[in-house]
Amino acid sequence: MALNWWKYAAPQTFYPLSGRLAPWFLALAAALAAAGLYIGLFVAPTDFQQGESYRIIFVHVPAAWMSMFMYVVMASWCAVGLALGTRLSFMMALALAPTGAMFTFIALWSGSLWGKPTWGTWWVWDARLTSELILLFLYIGFMALHAAIDDVRRADRAAALLALVGVVNVPIIYFSVKWWNTLHQGASVSLTRAPSMAATMLVGMLIMALAAWMYAIAASLYRVRSIILEREAHADWVRQMPEASV
Amino acid sequence: MKPLALAPMFASVVRRDLTLALRRRSDALTTFFFFVIVVSLFPLGISPEPSILRVIAPGVVWVAALLASMLALLRLFAPDFDDGTLEQLALGPQPLVLLVTAKVLAHWLVTGLPLVLIAPLLGLQFQLPASALGSMTLSLLLGTPCLSLIGAIGAALTLGVRGAGALLALLVLPLYIPVLIFGAAAVSASTEGMPAGGHLSVLGALLLLAIVFGPVASAAAVRIALG
Amino acid sequence: MLDAASLECVRGQRRLFHRLSFNLPPGHVLWVLGPNGSGKTSLIRMLCGLLRPDAGEVRWKGEQVRASSDSFHADLLYLGHAPAVKGDLTSLENVRFGLAQTGLGADAHEAEAALSEFGLAGRERLLARFLSAGQQRRVGLSRLALGRSKPLWILDEPFTALDSQAVELVQSHLTRHVMGGGTVVLASHHDIGFVGTPVQRLQLGA
Repeated sequence: MALNWWKYAAPQTFYPLSGRLAPWFLALAAALAAAGLYIGLFVAPTDFQQGESYRIIFVHVPAAWMSMFMYVVMASWCAVGLALGTRLSFMMALALAPTGAMFTFIALWSGSLWGKPTWGTWWVWDARLTSELILLFLYIGFMALHAAIDDVRRADRAAALLALVGVVNVPIIYFSVKWWNTLHQGASVSLTRAPSMAATMLVGMLIMALAAWMYAIAASLYRVRSIILEREAHADWVRQMPEASV
Repeated sequence: MKPLALAPMFASVVRRDLTLALRRRSDALTTFFFFVIVVSLFPLGISPEPSILRVIAPGVVWVAALLASMLALLRLFAPDFDDGTLEQLALGPQPLVLLVTAKVLAHWLVTGLPLVLIAPLLGLQFQLPASALGSMTLSLLLGTPCLSLIGAIGAALTLGVRGAGALLALLVLPLYIPVLIFGAAAVSASTEGMPAGGHLSVLGALLLLAIVFGPVASAAAVRIALG
Repeated sequence: MLDAASLECVRGQRRLFHRLSFNLPPGHVLWVLGPNGSGKTSLIRMLCGLLRPDAGEVRWKGEQVRASSDSFHADLLYLGHAPAVKGDLTSLENVRFGLAQTGLGADAHEAEAALSEFGLAGRERLLARFLSAGQQRRVGLSRLALGRSKPLWILDEPFTALDSQAVELVQSHLTRHVMGGGTVVLASHHDIGFVGTPVQRLQLGA
């Protein structure tokens, strides 16, 4: 049975669909996070180099992965919006940004927490952390540009273009920073060279990454719903909803 | 009266912008003096000791160039946007990409090239050896057009926006980082007596990328700002 | 030649107009009227291709007017709300550079003649910021004298800040253009006073 996906490109049909799907993703996220944290905190063996403090990677690495993945997804929605002119694409991109920024922040913060017991400093200018910092600026720039432009349609398109410029630049920035880091290899070992991976550690990280992904989907669906309500407030279907109370 | 071909149109825009810059010299001079002053602040804030100066010089000059370039970008499209001439450019029969390139070229000639020319003098203030001065000039010569081309995208995106200056910084400075890294590295390498050719080649590659993609993105951003 | 089909404009939360359509053949004038905020400028900008309509399309000679349609732009002379005059250029430079950007090269004589026709003789070499608002508008309008080769003229409130003599001058240029087979779209509060030319009125706003 062929599904007419296009009909979900309209905010009006997407709204109820997202409302039904979001709780499931949230539940999945909770379950996976529980499993992942259990593995990370109790099952995975103690690292013989770093002791127990290494366990922060079960938060740090999945957060870093998600922050980068979400930027690419966000930029993809922006590309779709610019190419096809579908309003919902732009709304989706806007919904993803805060969660992406949050993961970037978590990656930075957990990286810092890892650094303190391991290397004695709260911050290390290694390639990965520095790139994450720059990625945070890119996310904030996207949200700031969108917020600064009054006309919503123009804001959508401007921020979308910025996201595309950003996504093209991210590899360039990453390799520049990585190269810069090798140049100044005075600071000992890279913070992100994870301890040699026992299989359980890898499994734990993957499960946490999946949990983060499910959470990201759930959060974005909830957020896009409120964006839809805000923007389509003048439409009849919104005014008839119980949520739209005035 | 005759219809104009592309090259004369391009030249006409460059000439117009250069004429305007000449008549309102304060803009170009502000950028220039900002650059010089910012560079001078660092020895005052850090240390005047020659060995330290030599180490910080590449980064200091390059960061100052980034900031100066960014300040100057605020005058790239905004005046034309405000008085309606940008619309006319967008509605002309010639490709907007071409005209944007012309504007960025004129802008660089007025705000970027002077930095390239004064940098060696500043390098001397920082006790850089002669070889490093050459690298510094070359790196800025390759890098400042990059900054103008990349920055133009941000300048176009923030047209007519409140607080455009600070927002422009947020948008554009992260994108400047690769240019900064390789530009400063070229000068550092020369200071330590090592070849800077590799770094300068990367800068050249970045410039090529910027020339090819920058105006396309800027023109798209201008159209978004106008619509 | 200029056709609009089901144009819609939403600004903020308000829908300014929808299902707006018209057909404008050569030699005709479209006069857009309406109170402030009714969407006149938005409609004008949609017809130029500067603004994307929320729905519907605009066609010139059967082809869609997209923002980057070079052939459409080659046929278009647009005078917007702002006079598009740079204060730091002389009147003469403003006219010549302005025309160059529409793809026409005018030499000094032609430009001076146009300026003089609009009452700016003797002020050609004055920097535009030393001119009054009305004079600056006339510098912008002098392009009408040199834009005859462009079939489509779109003007947004061309009579603003003009004295009666200048108004008559603009009206005569517009009439001459239309009589010569050109097409004119203008938004204007002012009675455009066209005589003997077919005028379609488009009233916006309630």
